Amino acid sequence: VRDAFARTVYEIARDDPRVFVVVADISPASAMAPFVRDYPDRFLNAGLAEQAMIGLCAGLAMRGCTAFAYTIATFAIYRPFEQVRDDLCYQNLPVTIVGIGGGTAYSLLGGTHHAQEDVAVMRALPNMAVVAPCDPLEAAAATLACARHRGPAYLRLGKAGEPALTREAPAPFEFGRLRRIRDGRDVCIVSYGPIVKMAFDVAERIEAADGRSVAVVSAHTLKPLDRDGLARILREFETVVVLEDHSERGGLAADAEQIAWQSRAGCALHTFSLRDEFIHVYGSQQDLWRAHGLSVDRICAALGSRAASVR
Amino acid sequence: MRRRILDISQTVPALHIAPAFSCLEIVDAVYHGLMRRDGPDPDSFILSKGHGAMAQYAVLEELGVMSREDLDSCGKDGGHVGMHPDIGLPGIEASTGSLGHGLPLAVGMALADRTLGATDRMVYCVMSDGELEEGSVWEAMMLAPTLRLDRLIVIVDLNDYQSLGKISEIHPNFYPVAPKVEAFGWEAREVDGHDPGALHAAVATRRGGRPLMVIARTVKGKGVSYMENAPIWHYRSPSPDEYRRALQELEAVS
Repeated sequence: VRDAFARTVYEIARDDPRVFVVVADISPASAMAPFVRDYPDRFLNAGLAEQAMIGLCAGLAMRGCTAFAYTIATFAIYRPFEQVRDDLCYQNLPVTIVGIGGGTAYSLLGGTHHAQEDVAVMRALPNMAVVAPCDPLEAAAATLACARHRGPAYLRLGKAGEPALTREAPAPFEFGRLRRIRDGRDVCIVSYGPIVKMAFDVAERIEAADGRSVAVVSAHTLKPLDRDGLARILREFETVVVLEDHSERGGLAADAEQIAWQSRAGCALHTFSLRDEFIHVYGSQQDLWRAHGLSVDRICAALGSRAASVR
Repeated sequence: MRRRILDISQTVPALHIAPAFSCLEIVDAVYHGLMRRDGPDPDSFILSKGHGAMAQYAVLEELGVMSREDLDSCGKDGGHVGMHPDIGLPGIEASTGSLGHGLPLAVGMALADRTLGATDRMVYCVMSDGELEEGSVWEAMMLAPTLRLDRLIVIVDLNDYQSLGKISEIHPNFYPVAPKVEAFGWEAREVDGHDPGALHAAVATRRGGRPLMVIARTVKGKGVSYMENAPIWHYRSPSPDEYRRALQELEAVS
């Protein structure tokens, strides 16, 4: 997804001379190379200075520019949190914070590199939009949407090498709207970010084993959240699953439970989130997820599928 | 203008009166004689030490940018003017109040100007010496000369006081500031911060080619003897009796 971001931001900068990319010593080097080559004055490495990176981007925006501040998600939002809050959100400036490695993408690098509560923290800030695309195609659309958004945005990206999931999606990407990316009638899995791949795996397993048809919905825009769309899903499906690479506190699962209660939904609602604890196990991202109860098997088991190998 | 600030202090608690008196001549000198305030690309002013807002408000009122009603509404129910600058108020370009934010903003503005070709546009940023303790300041300090932002002028209101006491006692190695700033690639000047002529001259005679930091020595609470260098006045507003004594001193001078 980071290459999709780099390609898209190049295209945006080609059409608009007021677009800047500021990084804090982390950059998708090869994918960013054309931008650096063609627009050297509008690419800046602030160095290991995340507070200055965010403040500087706010200053650019105060002059009518559109700025992207790019680094590893934890460093992009936690280190300069007050700059994010006061400079970007309080002043409502069009700066997109691009957090690479959102969720647990840096599975081997430990808790300092896990942005497992970033959606909750960013959504608590007034004016801040939060967008988490599931694949490179959505990442490109999300980058464009953030550039057009007239306020601050947090673009939560995975890493590199994510498969394309939405090439044949039945619905287009639309900022602020849930997106049906796989049709189905019996079960609906609502998810966001690269973990959506797991939702596809669950859907295929369940359809093969049980004959139930499974829809997958990308909740790429977490703020403003499409609450009406979520209420509709909770009303229309007998079984709804929320799956997220994020803490159970303040994520999409909590929203779904609240909306289900408010809309008196009668569906069965299963939520799969990271536990509210730091992660001290290492391994692949799938290994980390499994340690927190997020796996195809666990979800199939919760849905009573014959495909489950654990019960 | 000290009189106006003193009057407002009688209706607003916690006016941060001494920090405003400390930087009043600095803010006034920027608006009168340094800043180009007309044309399509006017110069910018950021009060990074946002708790000195009353100084900026008083100057903006005198210039007719803020109205008398604006300042009269300060701190009142339904009023839109508070203790710290808020973007969108007349003449206010940035919301400050938390220290260490203004300089990175100013660096971004100056970078945009340089990159987009508004080459004669200046950015002025007024900071406090206590504010220099914030790490974000040194991040931006490192960046500004790297980016060759020679139209960025920072004036430090250097009064050796922070909220709880003397900076030179809290951080004995904090001073001198000028060599530290110069080591980061800035041009530094030291002047009397209550002398508008000296402030103007420091900017006018700069060598250029790099950002300038004017280290302006000031007295916190300047103009009212019992407020000068007394930490309690960082924050509080005077009682009616204290107000009368302050008024007598200010009238004696004028």
